[in-house]
Amino acid sequence: MNVEVTPLPGLGTRQDFVSRGGRRIGVITYRDGRMEMIVSKQDDTDSCVASIPLTVEESATLATLLGAPQLVTQLEEQNRDISGITTRQLPLAPGSPYDGRTLGDTALRTRTAVSVVAVVRGGTAHPSPRPDFRLSGGDMLVTVGTADGLGKAVEVLETG
Amino acid sequence: MHDTAISLIELGAVFFGLGLLGRLAWKIGISPIPLYLLGGLAFGSGGLIPLHGIDEFASLAGEIGVILLLLLLGLEYSANELVTGMRRAWLAGLLDLVLNALPGAAVALLLGWGPVGAIAMAGVTYISSSGIIAKVLGDLGRLGNRETPVVLSILVFEDLAMAVYLPILTALLAGATLMGGLTAVGVSLIVITIVLVIALKFGRYVSMLVDSPEPEVFLLRVLGAALLVAGVASQLQVSAAVGAFLLGIAISGSTAENATKLLEPLRDLFAAMFFVVFGLNTNPTTIPPVLGWAVALAFVTTLTKVATGWFAARQQGIGRMGRARAGAALVARGEFSIVIAGLAVAAGAVEDELAALATAYVLLMAVLGPVAARVVEPVARGLQRKLQPRPA
Repeated sequence: MNVEVTPLPGLGTRQDFVSRGGRRIGVITYRDGRMEMIVSKQDDTDSCVASIPLTVEESATLATLLGAPQLVTQLEEQNRDISGITTRQLPLAPGSPYDGRTLGDTALRTRTAVSVVAVVRGGTAHPSPRPDFRLSGGDMLVTVGTADGLGKAVEVLETG
Repeated sequence: MHDTAISLIELGAVFFGLGLLGRLAWKIGISPIPLYLLGGLAFGSGGLIPLHGIDEFASLAGEIGVILLLLLLGLEYSANELVTGMRRAWLAGLLDLVLNALPGAAVALLLGWGPVGAIAMAGVTYISSSGIIAKVLGDLGRLGNRETPVVLSILVFEDLAMAVYLPILTALLAGATLMGGLTAVGVSLIVITIVLVIALKFGRYVSMLVDSPEPEVFLLRVLGAALLVAGVASQLQVSAAVGAFLLGIAISGSTAENATKLLEPLRDLFAAMFFVVFGLNTNPTTIPPVLGWAVALAFVTTLTKVATGWFAARQQGIGRMGRARAGAALVARGEFSIVIAGLAVAAGAVEDELAALATAYVLLMAVLGPVAARVVEPVARGLQRKLQPRPA
């Protein structure tokens, strides 16, 4: 992927790439750390249809949303030959009983036989998290298990 | 004691009035600069309600306003950005200089203001307002556009050109001969080169000198350093403003960011005072005779700025609509045109009408600039339809 980095003198930097559909998609990073997501117009790629200011937390959440499915697809491909095993991404909503507690506290493995193979946070995957891994709202848990177990795991994460 | 009371009341009324005007300006989507000028005109000699008793404070505050304007301009850019900006925009920058300085100079010569007046007016019509332009681009959500770096590079070029131009102007205003002018050019070029080298290689040390974790200490050091450097520069006939600008460039990194944050409100306060003082010192009755010239200049230099932006954007392979946007974005003139006119008038080496013409011109351009940036897209689309009628 060809990401173009353009300095904006006095303001910050623009980083963007051209999507297959011909739109420029990117991020403006201001000197003071503020971020803005930009999407160019379809008919005039020089100009933007939207520039959306994002807080650090919001951009991390967006990155997680965009980054997690890829990891899940990869895992699914690896596990395709093993029948009965499913890979899913489960969100940990802010305000969940486990927001701020460790992975061990959920006792997911014991209660549902589901394994957490990675936690995606802020666009970065933390693979094979240990039981002392502290969860926080907005995390995406990449899990492997039976369809049944995964259904139970969703409940556990939501209601404790 | 009584005098102090009256001065405080007047000053309070002026600040409060400016606050109201500023709010009004942003609400209707224009820059507050023309309204501040109008405010000054209304309270000055020959205006509606002449104010006395705050002259001394106001003129010193205005001086500080100029120093802060230029200091923050310098803080905005790192030396790296200046160098790359120069490299990227030099051709468009030169075209910008020629196209936009010539109309001002020509009008000054036609009005018989002599070569010094011509050089001052050239500066007034040449320099775009980076303050207004950055604000408008942000408001219109165009910072992500592909033509925006082109616009910003031209602004960087202009600001560097100012650093060379202001000392020359100061030398000429002081009555120096051609030889003296050339010496001033040489000296200022050498000084700027030295400062750029220092900023590129040793910016850390300059920053360390003023930096402090205590906001109070930091503010005092930065402001103190700026006034000291500006004063010394002014004593050496290099112009206080340039001294402040170069200090701003030499301060870099996080120190520069923190300084900007601390100084921004101060700059806004003192710069507003500067515009008011300029208005105060301009007699409104001198404006009508030069109004025709101001309108003509506004018309011509709008077209020349659009041409500049069009050319610069085309060089970077940007489409027609983007070229039009880049051109319209550059139209606004403001703070620095008034800084130049203020220097010229304060030195007393040019006609008083120059202040009147500059005021009228900036009044027009500070309003026209944001409007042009806003309406350029529909206008360009309309023109396109007219020029390429659909086959019936």
